[in-house]
Amino acid sequence: MVRYRQCEEIQKLMNYPEIIRNTSIIAHVDHGKTTLSDSLLAAAGIISEQRAGQQLVLDSWELEQKRQMTVFASNISLTHTFQGKEYLINLIDTPGHIDFSGAVTRSLRAVDGALVVVDAVEGPMTQTETVLMQALRERVQPILFINKVDRLIKEIKLTPEEIQRKFAKIITRVNGLIEKYAPAEHKKDWQVKVEDGSVAFGSALHKWGFNLPHMKAKGVTFKEIIDAYAGEHDEIDRKVDALSKKAPVQEPILDMFVEHLPNPLQAQPYRQSQIWPGDANSPVGKGMAKVEPDGPLLMCVSTIEVDPHSGLVAIGRVFSGTVEKGKVVQLMTSRQKGTIQQVYMSMAADRVIVDRVPAGNIAALSGLPSIHVGETVAEEGSDTRSFEGLKYVSDPVVTVAVEPADVKDLPLFDKVMHKLTTEDPNLHFLINKESGEYLLSGMGELHLEITAYRMQEAGLKVKISKPIVIYRETISHDYKGPATMGKSPNKHNKLWVTMEKLPEDIIEALRSGKISENQTRDDRAKTMKGFGWETDDAKNVVAIEGNNILVNRIKGRQYVEEIMDHVKSGFREAVFTSILAKEPAYGLKINLEDVTVHEDPVHRGPAQILPMTWRPIWCAFLLSDPKLLEPLISFECKVPNEFVSNVIAIVQKRRGKILDMVNEEDMIIVKAEMPVSESFGLADELRSSTQGRAFWATQFSRWAPVPEQMQAEIIKQIRERRGLSELPPRAQEFFEEA
Amino acid sequence: MGQIVFVGLGLHDDLGISLRGLEETRTAKRVFIELYTSLLPDFSKKHLERAAGKEFREVSRKELEEENGKVVLDAAKDGKVVLLVPGDPLIATTHVALRIEAEKHGIRTHIVHGSSVLSAVMGLSGLHNYKFGKSVTIPFPDETPSQTPYEVLVQNRKLGLHTLCLLDIKAEQKRYLSVHEALSSLLEIEKNRKMRKVMPETLVVGISRAGSNNPMVKAGYVRDLINYDFGEPPHSIVFPGKLHFMEAEALIVLAGAPERIRRMVK
Repeated sequence: MVRYRQCEEIQKLMNYPEIIRNTSIIAHVDHGKTTLSDSLLAAAGIISEQRAGQQLVLDSWELEQKRQMTVFASNISLTHTFQGKEYLINLIDTPGHIDFSGAVTRSLRAVDGALVVVDAVEGPMTQTETVLMQALRERVQPILFINKVDRLIKEIKLTPEEIQRKFAKIITRVNGLIEKYAPAEHKKDWQVKVEDGSVAFGSALHKWGFNLPHMKAKGVTFKEIIDAYAGEHDEIDRKVDALSKKAPVQEPILDMFVEHLPNPLQAQPYRQSQIWPGDANSPVGKGMAKVEPDGPLLMCVSTIEVDPHSGLVAIGRVFSGTVEKGKVVQLMTSRQKGTIQQVYMSMAADRVIVDRVPAGNIAALSGLPSIHVGETVAEEGSDTRSFEGLKYVSDPVVTVAVEPADVKDLPLFDKVMHKLTTEDPNLHFLINKESGEYLLSGMGELHLEITAYRMQEAGLKVKISKPIVIYRETISHDYKGPATMGKSPNKHNKLWVTMEKLPEDIIEALRSGKISENQTRDDRAKTMKGFGWETDDAKNVVAIEGNNILVNRIKGRQYVEEIMDHVKSGFREAVFTSILAKEPAYGLKINLEDVTVHEDPVHRGPAQILPMTWRPIWCAFLLSDPKLLEPLISFECKVPNEFVSNVIAIVQKRRGKILDMVNEEDMIIVKAEMPVSESFGLADELRSSTQGRAFWATQFSRWAPVPEQMQAEIIKQIRERRGLSELPPRAQEFFEEA
Repeated sequence: MGQIVFVGLGLHDDLGISLRGLEETRTAKRVFIELYTSLLPDFSKKHLERAAGKEFREVSRKELEEENGKVVLDAAKDGKVVLLVPGDPLIATTHVALRIEAEKHGIRTHIVHGSSVLSAVMGLSGLHNYKFGKSVTIPFPDETPSQTPYEVLVQNRKLGLHTLCLLDIKAEQKRYLSVHEALSSLLEIEKNRKMRKVMPETLVVGISRAGSNNPMVKAGYVRDLINYDFGEPPHSIVFPGKLHFMEAEALIVLAGAPERIRRMVK
């Protein structure tokens, strides 16, 4: 039984980690996650039972309601009684659409277990795999809910045997994914099973659900469930309603949370090494393993919200210690101190002020200076380490230019942009200094559309350009010549560099944050050696920008430290706006080989050192057969037989490649890949040419060279848009005589 | 055949050029002038143009450095070109690059020297030319201030030598580092390095407007000079090393140094 609980009662339960479950619901878009969350809320008495299923309360946004999709993660605490004992369940809702996968990853850091929701008709889809992979990478244990079973009965009219076969197929596929992505020691024990009750099925919309123990206890058979959907309209309504009274969907699910998902005391010891690089035997390490409320504070910030009253509110999991109002804390990555002004716990759209939140729980804090997602909040003065960088699965690939429709709104525009980019780290905002354009980059067309809508919500009218695709620039092979040399404009300083192409595994490690500037030098050296780097190079990584690495091989020269900051800035600028079309460079390893520095400080200022750094980098780059890379999306579409040819035609027209086609009953799953540049307007075209019968999803796949014959033309177009000369510079223009 | 003559403008105004320099300017096909490497407080380009009987084309740092002085080299291909430079023309080391580039292109180069702050500082302070070590420029302090001035001071001190510190100028922005800012930045570095080279009781000489009618020279302890008003730029400072008795005498008589510094004479 679940009951509505006052905050004070929840606060009491917060002190007993063994009864806490921090959980999340993850799914492919539109598989019914938010509807299910609403049923759980209804159970907790926070919204009325009748309205659950229509209300979508976790989606506090009008827009989300319109789109029937959850855009931003929301959280809630509720209590549940299982076998006579009271439990506290913290539930974090996550968006399903891949354009927001950053939010999914961030939510997962805060939880120990996740309910995977799969549509019984569609089965596991691309994003089911993506989110499950993300969860398992964060060592979050999965359980399964097969949703929309009513559709199997009403629309497809399957027999009890067919339904069970369908379930078996879904379970096998999900277990296959668990086997594939789970950490080695959990590949077996995290498999979900019907027999032990770690799999449930039902209809979140109609608010009924079962797992095997519940079915047995209630003596319900499949035939009975199917019968509920037979007869006249009114009769069905009545029978389904009775079914939802007899077997409310939240019961098996809340039971599963308690019975099959770990509590913080169980989970923190094995999650610790995956998400936190510190010493397990240090006081903080021990506090984390024991979920010690009196231990040194350690909290990982998963979400930032901008609250009109309290300013920045940081939401995250407390892994050790206790957050309290007035406590002075240190922010590990930004190396700042701050005082916690207010502590809150979240209840759906509301935040409730509390005195303290101890280890093992989700807390919200206000008052910390310029805090960002992924920040580690630690005890003042404690010598500890930051959490591992949060791993995002996608790069931003689409940019639009935005400007306020009315110049007078510029101050509001600044404020709104600040709010949006603070709350959503996958949104990148940049002012192009040359053109004065405001550029907003995101993870797809939809992501930017929603962002634009949020601006309107804030009372801001904006003009938005057509989406522009973001490209990358790379080299075809290592630079082969002798080190290229660059001189400072005053000719008194010289720098020699060489360039190599980074292999894909290192690029992936940079993207996922496994290699980062936030690591200590020793940690990074260890990681680099793991990728086969020589000790010297591994130890001397001095800067990382995007997925480009700067290595300092210079030995025994004077004044190198004095110019190194400028060299690093020069490197960052050179790779952030590379030379073919000023798009970011991709996968370069740049080695500083030698340098000659002028004696006197005024002859080696930034005006001298920056150009001295750009020039040899661009020279080596242009001499290594540069290539333009474009973002590809993978596209998966489940469509009835009769429309397959239309889908194939759409893919081919958009420079796409069919990768695979699989038959599933009377549907065909088309798997394909296509350039982002050709994907705009895909939704409308698919809808109209399949009469809306296609289930489909896209997500970022990879960077790939643009076709040889198109490269020059695309470079020309980008350069034109940027107001640059038509052709990129030639290597000779950067070549210096010794 | 082409030719570039580098002509020094001296230290303060349009009267600092030598007669030879003026003659070269008069007879040149084209005259360029650069005013970014130093500050000539009372210099009037117009007066000098009138005296030379022609207009000067001012060249920017960008033209001489980033564009490798192309505008000057092109003009010098078939005739004599003069480049007017504050101070002594090649003391601003940046112009060596242009000179070398010119010679490589078959353009002859000549120098007409002018007076330089290096010699002016010695003259004004009475410190002996023989006893200066490496000189150094103190840059405008940014996030990570350069350690080099402090290190040069340490090296020179070890040998008992004087250290001339030129103070950075950003002519384009009309910003000139003052004695006050320079000493503050060195004291800041001292806090980290702790080698007791720049202390409140360290002897230092401040000089402003060398070469003008009203130069200022003041010797004293850092704690006194840091708040001393040196007036209009440009400013320079000298950290004396070991003192010859004549140097001590000069600092006391010419620069108002405290009598106690006689004790520093070895």
